[in-house]
Amino acid sequence: MSLLPDFAHWQQLDGVLAVVTAWLALGATGVFALRRFGFVTKVLFPLGGLLGLLLSGIALTAVFQEPATAVLPLGLPGLPFHLRLDGLSSFFLLVIGATGAGVSVYAAGYFGRGEGTPPGLICLEYHAFLATMALVVLADDAYVFMVAWETMALSSFFLVTANHRIPEIREAGYLYLLVAHIGAIAILLCFGVLQANTGDYTFANMRAQHLTSFWSSAAFLLALFGFGAKAGLLPLHVWLPEAHPAAPSPVSALMSGVMLKTAIYGILRVSFDLLQTQRWWWGVLMLALGLASALFGVVFAAAQVDMKRLLAYSSIENIGLLCAGIGLAVVFSSYGMKPLAALALTASLYHVASHAFFKSLLFLSTGSVLHATGERNLGRLGGLIRFTPWIAWVTLIGVLASAGLPPFSGFVSEWLLLQSFLFTPGLPDSFLNMLIPVVAALIALVAALAGYTMVKFFGIIFLGQPREEKLQRARDAGPWERGGMAWLVMGCIALGLQPEQFIQIIDPVTRLLVHAGLGDNVAGHGWLLVPVAVDRASYGPIIFLLGVAACFLLAFLVVRLLYHGRVRRAAPWDCGYPWQTARMQDTAEGFGQPIRQIFEPFFRMTRELPDPGDEAPRYHVTIADHFWHWLYLPIAAVVERAARLIGTLQQGRIAVYLLYSFITLLAMLVLVRS
Amino acid sequence: MNALLSQFVNLLASALLMLSFAMISQRRILSLIHLFTLQGATLVAATILVGYATNQPHLYFSAGLTFLLKVVAIPLLLHRAIDRLNVRWDIETLINIPTMMIVGIGLVIFAFNLALPIAKLSATVARGTLGIALACVLLSFMMMITRAKAIPQVIGFLSMENALFFAATAATYGMPMVVELGIALDVLVGILILGVFMFQIREQFDSLDIRHLERLKEE
Repeated sequence: MSLLPDFAHWQQLDGVLAVVTAWLALGATGVFALRRFGFVTKVLFPLGGLLGLLLSGIALTAVFQEPATAVLPLGLPGLPFHLRLDGLSSFFLLVIGATGAGVSVYAAGYFGRGEGTPPGLICLEYHAFLATMALVVLADDAYVFMVAWETMALSSFFLVTANHRIPEIREAGYLYLLVAHIGAIAILLCFGVLQANTGDYTFANMRAQHLTSFWSSAAFLLALFGFGAKAGLLPLHVWLPEAHPAAPSPVSALMSGVMLKTAIYGILRVSFDLLQTQRWWWGVLMLALGLASALFGVVFAAAQVDMKRLLAYSSIENIGLLCAGIGLAVVFSSYGMKPLAALALTASLYHVASHAFFKSLLFLSTGSVLHATGERNLGRLGGLIRFTPWIAWVTLIGVLASAGLPPFSGFVSEWLLLQSFLFTPGLPDSFLNMLIPVVAALIALVAALAGYTMVKFFGIIFLGQPREEKLQRARDAGPWERGGMAWLVMGCIALGLQPEQFIQIIDPVTRLLVHAGLGDNVAGHGWLLVPVAVDRASYGPIIFLLGVAACFLLAFLVVRLLYHGRVRRAAPWDCGYPWQTARMQDTAEGFGQPIRQIFEPFFRMTRELPDPGDEAPRYHVTIADHFWHWLYLPIAAVVERAARLIGTLQQGRIAVYLLYSFITLLAMLVLVRS
Repeated sequence: MNALLSQFVNLLASALLMLSFAMISQRRILSLIHLFTLQGATLVAATILVGYATNQPHLYFSAGLTFLLKVVAIPLLLHRAIDRLNVRWDIETLINIPTMMIVGIGLVIFAFNLALPIAKLSATVARGTLGIALACVLLSFMMMITRAKAIPQVIGFLSMENALFFAATAATYGMPMVVELGIALDVLVGILILGVFMFQIREQFDSLDIRHLERLKEE
């Protein structure tokens, strides 16, 4: 296949490449229209969204095709770009394209009001970000993978620091870049191990290698570390709650919804595709890390008072669930239980798509709230459902999906995940058989806490009374923002109502990775979603929806016809309070307080309690992460001390510096001589 | 005939080495510039001789270039610089001169020792000269280290370049023309930058003593 394909043999891979090129071209166009707000936001961003839609369409057909490869004559001499479009990359392209479409349309409205960076530059960074995410999943050698991966990290860094005049945002960006680079080094080393001294860095070569148990474990651990840093797995999650709130909302949406998923892609690619066999303890490690992240993320989310930070911690939780699901798939796969591995993998991939939709949606809605009110702090919001009903209803759907309630997308994926955990008694290892029910219970706990967090998120922002005067002047989202969010809402609903269709798309992916799929099983039962056997478990979203609707209708009719017949109107009893103000409502801190009490060892809290005699009492609590004090600050201290030691070399005298090079020269000459 | 020429080249080489030692022991900037000019002239003579002896006409070009740059242009620039900065007399060195001479002799022995195996392999006219060239490089480097003022350091840098050029001529009959032109340009640019630098530190500290730059160090 050449760079310029003949249109008669136009294949999906060419289409995907065309979209990537077009995204880059859009970005480049933005540079020439640096400050022309209207053109950039109303022409370039919607075009980018259209391309995203196109990409998802192409990817949808490509999932069912045989893998296609291409070699582009780009890159260094003798080191061309190898690309490959197979089921796994198509699936992730589908997620990137579909989410990117919604976010781009939203961005057309959002960036219209300007950020700290000229809109043309944002356009360049944004589209480069999209294009390189697509390239990451297309890459078929380590070289193009690393180039795309690093460009993705860099472009997202510049997007995070769009408002670079604020010092906190610069710090957040720096932290993000630092962790991203540490991760990238691990990924590079992982590829170095995978190529097994052959010097050939194509993925095809890596697949052909048969590594010893030690080296394949080393490669897996490096990959888990490197991709875990990008995904926000536990010890490396610190950048996530800083970078997501710092970035403009469409960027947070893309980063949380899509970019974290490229790390999941990397883990899947390395552990199921590039490595031949899996070992059971890898899966246990991933389960442990994933669960720890999930629990940690959700507990911290429940305690946050900044709405974007809350969502960022919730992203850590979801990534943790994904990682646990993949870990389970690794365990099953290592014992040769392919159908169950396929079930766990299907659940994880389903959650990838579902999280991409609902988390992007929620981040976008925080952006709309931010633009409508200028507030990110939950303590200053409230009652917005009356002033911005559109944002409120859209957010409600996102919140329900995120809380894992039927009939939305989050329920299906979490239900599938729990189903896969319930099949573990079949494992031949008694230790695992004991361990995994505990894990399943923890996942149920995480899901419940996620529901709690989402109640807090929605309730504090949209319900009750406005906590500030200015909230009453809040304006609802504009047409572009509505369009973008509506698309994502549709995604949440479609994934929730049509799981059996969507599992058909995932089927080729799991067949590629573990040589088994749920497709046939699911197709046999029509409207009912049956992952394994109909007598074990089944779920019919449409039936459920109809049932719920019938119940509502019945209740409504009963109340309307029977109860309202004998209404007696009187002033309500107001509990003895003469009036009710916004300060009497539950606050974000108050709502999270039980969680802070129960999970106190998780936090590093400093409370400022008011004095009883204080005229204007103030309650203040700050919550910090133990990992800073246990892990990051010690490392930083060691690095600083080493730097100071090396710094003594720096004398400030030119003669000494010259002496250094003179001595080096003499030493090298002596070395050459001997 | 050829033997005589090669003796001449050796004579010029030893003259270069002498000049290097003279530069190390010289305190006065004005005399230093004279010595540098003389070194350049010796280099030109050596290059022409090697070119004649080995019938390499392109060495004449490089000799001409060297003459223009190192015998005419740079000494002129340096003279103007010391006139404008009014620093004809330089008293200070960081290490006293007899010590430097002894260290210098040590360096020469080291350089000859180092060049011995290479000289055995080489079949060029001027094979004994490689050690001398190397010694000149090291001596000039040492001069750069031990001088406290900016202009002697610049002269040390330039004379190091001279020695390198001589090493190239002696060992391989000169470098390709492109490389030579590139180096010539580098030296010129280097001089310009150092000139700007000299005037800058003069303006900042009212002196050309580079020890003032120590203040730039991060605490």
